[in-house]
Formats: sequence, C-alpha cells, structure tokens
Amino acid sequence: MNKDGRPVGRRVVLGVAALGAAGVAFGARFQNGIDSFLATVDSKDPTGLTGLLPGGGGFQIYNVADSLPHKSDQDYRLTVDGLVDRPATYTLAELRAMPQTTLVKDVQCVTGWRVPDTEFGGVLLSHLLDTAGVRPEGKALRFTCFDGVYSESLTLDEARRPDMMVAHQMNNAPVTDAHGGPVRLYAAPMYFYKSAKWLSGITVTDRVMPGYWEHYGYDVEAWVGKSNGRNDAPTSP
Amino acid sequence: MHRPPPEPGERYRFTVVERWVHRTTSTLMMTAIVTAACLYLPFLAEIVGRRRLLVVIHEWSGILLPAPLLAGIFFRSLRADLTRLNRFGPQDSGWAWRAVRHGTRAAGPAGKFNAGQKLFSAFIAGAVLVMVGTGLIMWFPHLSALTVRTGASFVHDWLALVVGILVIGHIRMALKDPEARHGMRTGRVSRAWAKREHALWTEDEEQGEKHGREQEPSAGR
Repeated sequence: MNKDGRPVGRRVVLGVAALGAAGVAFGARFQNGIDSFLATVDSKDPTGLTGLLPGGGGFQIYNVADSLPHKSDQDYRLTVDGLVDRPATYTLAELRAMPQTTLVKDVQCVTGWRVPDTEFGGVLLSHLLDTAGVRPEGKALRFTCFDGVYSESLTLDEARRPDMMVAHQMNNAPVTDAHGGPVRLYAAPMYFYKSAKWLSGITVTDRVMPGYWEHYGYDVEAWVGKSNGRNDAPTSP
Repeated sequence: MHRPPPEPGERYRFTVVERWVHRTTSTLMMTAIVTAACLYLPFLAEIVGRRRLLVVIHEWSGILLPAPLLAGIFFRSLRADLTRLNRFGPQDSGWAWRAVRHGTRAAGPAGKFNAGQKLFSAFIAGAVLVMVGTGLIMWFPHLSALTVRTGASFVHDWLALVVGILVIGHIRMALKDPEARHGMRTGRVSRAWAKREHALWTEDEEQGEKHGREQEPSAGR
C-alpha cells in the first residue's frame, strides 16, 4: 500500500482536538462577547432563527414530564395544605382576586442562560401562607406540579421573602403552557429550576423535602451566584 | 478474511467489519443528534418532554461513539483503510477546493477515498474526541471549575452545530449516489463506478497490499 504522502488526516484530528481544548480554556471569555453580539443581531432578526444558535438568548424550555402539561384557566386549581390551620383550594379567578405583586428581574438558569428584565405578576407566597395560617411545627414548603413529576421545596423563611410568588402573568400576558402556565412558582433570587412550572400544590412540611433536580445533584439552597458552583450576578439581592 | 470472489463486473470496497463499524457509529451519531435536538431546540423540547430520559440517552450514545472504531482497530482491513484516509497523496492537494468550485466530478481523479472523504473522516474523528471530552466535563460538573464548564459547553454547543451540518452534508452526498450507498450496504461496487469515482483506486494497490502484508506481518498503520 502507498504509505507516502503527508499524514493530513492525523494533523486534522490533532488540530481539531487542540482547537477544542483551547475553546474549553478560553471559551468563557468568548461567550460574553458572542452573547452580546447575538443579542444585537436577535433584536433585528424577524425570523427568530438566531434564538436557536448557542447563546442566542431567550428562554430554553425544559420539561421533565412525558408531554407538555395543559390545564385551562377554568380547570386550574391550587391546593394549599399540610401543617396549616385553614387548608384551601383556589381557582385561577380567586388567585387573581388576591393582592397582586409585579416583579421585574433577570431570570438565571443553572445551565448558564440568563434572560434580562423579565416581568412576573401574581400573589406573594407570604400572602397565601398568612391566609392559610402556618402551624408552629411548619418549617418548609413542598411544591408539587400537575405534570405529575416535578417538585420543589423552600424553607418557610425563604418563602416569606417579598420576591417569592405564585405567578400567573409573565411579561404582561398570562403564563403560557410552555412557560408553566396557567400558574407557576417564581422564586426570584434562586436559579430557575426552583421556579416550578405547572404549580398545583403547596404543602407545609416540618422539614425540607428536596425537589426533582435536587435528587440529581442540584443544590437545595439555590441562591443565584452562591450555589451549584456558579458565580453569576445575583438576580434579586 | 475469506470471502467469495465478487460478481463479474464488481469489486469489493468494504469488509463486513468496516460496514458494521459504519452502521453502529452512524446509529449512535443519529441518536446523539436527535436527542440533542430534543434537548436544545425549544419547539422540540416542548413536544417531547421527558428531559431526564433524553439526557441519559444522549450521554450514553455520545460516550459510546468512539467504541465501534476502537473495536474495528483489531481488524486489518479497517486499519488499511484508516491509513488510506490519513495519507494525502499528490492527487489530493487542492482536490477539495476544486470540488467546491467545480463539483466532485471535475475535481480530478481520486484514490479509494477522495480528499473530501479524507477531510470529513478526520474532522469527525477529532470532533468526536472533543465532544466526548467536553461532554464528560458537563456530565460530571463537580470535577471542574466554572470557567472550564462554561468553556466546555461553549465548545460543545458550537461544535455540535458544525457536526450537525457536516453530517447532513454527508447524508446528502450519499443520497445523491445510490451506488455509493450500495457499496456501504453490501461491501461491493461496480467496476464502472469505481473507475468513474475513484480512478486511482487500482487493482495494483490491493495486489501491493497483499504483497506487503506477507513481507511485513505487523503492518497496521
């Protein structure tokens, strides 16, 4: 066989591997520049195709269930139970009739993407807790979802913060199915996996019961910038 | 490997081992690409859901991608073709550029593999190494610092885009050439096709290979 000729194949393999290693070493620095460049392009791109490029901005839709769950505004119910004096089940209309709060903050995902200045509107968790009357032995909340799979948790102190809410509005419109509508949790100061979509139940418990991703190694205390080995800028200091 | 003489007018192009390496690699590659799309593209992620399952399938199909080729290394026929893919002869210089400008037919004669095929295989091999490496960094995030993880997902995302485009191009070339697909499916191609598409892939080359093997039993590279 002809073994003459230049070993170009081997050089290409090694070259690609070296480029890859360099990309890993310096990619974090590139990423910011590319992100802001793509954000500029995206704002002028009517097709929305740049949104599909890596770092192209916008929300990634994560769903752990078999299919995209759906409940109509009429079918939707939110149950508050557990260690409370007055368990209750609310319709969407009843939630809308409660005191409403609007928060505009960045959304930070633990996988790295961040969506600036996203508006969420709804009812503060503290209002729901006060209405239900938490018993002294209640220490934490467990959130369940009508996708049948997802769950989350907060301590009672975290839940009473003024930036923890049950949201039914997002950017001045009802929360869509894909974004966890009609009602989702919005835990502003924490990584977005805490903000459980398709929220259907709030149970007051005597201890923290770790949620879905926390069984796969995510931190239970999910403060943005202070958990999961990340140092992002806080979304809600 | 013992095999019956080919039909008149045909000649062997790929051995059973080579075809199985190609088949398993392409199955793993398509699995990794399809699961990646379902994890990454919002409109697919919405339809498919089942995120945890997709992640597991993607991780394992990805990490197994080099396995078929590594197993194939133990077979002489595959090693011989790897050598052919590795080496660029005089006919290969400028071939890819001419193929881009004037089409593959007008790019000049090629050996058993043309320069485009050589570059494609080398690039994919390098890319798979990088994808496995960066994938492992993301698979076990607690083993590395944040900047390394960010860099790894940066490389993984963009290289995935490049690999996806190259694989689509690879499939498109195959769709345009039924006889090339027949060759990969059965191992045999017609002499007319071989002469047309790979004029420098001569019988002498294989005779020489046989001869060389007798003299130098450990020749593998």
